[in-house]
Amino acid sequence: MAAGEKQSPLDQFTIKALSGEPTMIGGFDISFTNSSAAMLATVVGVTLFLVFSMRGRALVPGRWQSCAEICYEIVANMVRDNVGSEGRKYFPFIFTIFMFVLFGNLIGMIPGSFTFTSHVIVTFVMAAFIFLGVTAIGFARHGLGYCRMFFPHGAPLWTAVILIPIELVSYLSRPLSLSVRLFANMVVGHVLLKVIAGFVIALGVFGIVPLAFLVGITALEFLVAVLQAYIFTILTSIYLHDAIHMH
Amino acid sequence: MTEPDDRSSLKQLDERLKAARSRHDQDRGLDNSGKTGANNIGVGFRIAVEMIAALAVGVGIGLLLDNWLGTKPWMLILFFILGCGAGFTNLIRVARELDRKARLAKQSKDAGGDQEG
Repeated sequence: MAAGEKQSPLDQFTIKALSGEPTMIGGFDISFTNSSAAMLATVVGVTLFLVFSMRGRALVPGRWQSCAEICYEIVANMVRDNVGSEGRKYFPFIFTIFMFVLFGNLIGMIPGSFTFTSHVIVTFVMAAFIFLGVTAIGFARHGLGYCRMFFPHGAPLWTAVILIPIELVSYLSRPLSLSVRLFANMVVGHVLLKVIAGFVIALGVFGIVPLAFLVGITALEFLVAVLQAYIFTILTSIYLHDAIHMH
Repeated sequence: MTEPDDRSSLKQLDERLKAARSRHDQDRGLDNSGKTGANNIGVGFRIAVEMIAALAVGVGIGLLLDNWLGTKPWMLILFFILGCGAGFTNLIRVARELDRKARLAKQSKDAGGDQEG
């Protein structure tokens, strides 16, 4: 198969400036890329979806309003179950994260579009801000007592030498695991789709087999897109729970 | 004259809301226990990522400290071991949390079964 540069399964992840050449200001590349376009589309999409579906405010919801209410209820139940009643005031933040990641993943499923959650820097920045925010909330609520988080209750004092560094590394690994999980799932799914799609043409008549396979994987990818948005959000609320209640 | 009426009706409403909410919670518990098949994909991946991330952070801190203090390779070795420990701590934490969730789902299932029977 003549697999040129264009047919590489990783080609879908390249970032291109939409204007053709990068816009530089003060040594920084600030061009409007396909990634920024996908993010903008996500923000606009979420806003339009929520504003227009809730415009009727009917007591008996229509189709669109039901969708919006399902999204709200999923996150509201998640916050209530995982954080408790103190988590109510952080609900807007968690809901925003959920909708942003969910729509980002789903927009990436449109053929020819761009999945911004498939770039580790995007997911890592989100995870890093969640991590910093949650740590700040922990220190604001418990003061220096939040440092007890790094030493489990009831452990003998001499084990502190080992346990505190371990807990510290474990705590610092949170933003990494949070971001890598989302990014890796999206990359793996999209690469798999492209690789199998390559077989469809290469196998000629027998291409019907990978084509059938592809239909199944596309359905699975939609599941993964929703599931990963859910997992990203539920882990955010679990971290928030730890910061508020300290285990 | 109307005030006590209002209050008592509000109290009634509150009680009914509470009852409805607890019923709703039980139903939801039943629903969740049936959906574990789809979540298993996420669980396996989650455990793998949790362990690797802890190890990566440990190695990263070790390399940074080595560069900074010039103690190659002792900090790397130390933090590699600490990273392994943190990985297993994360693993145990995830397993415990899943265990707790499974137990909760089972409890609410049993409670729901008792009420129906």
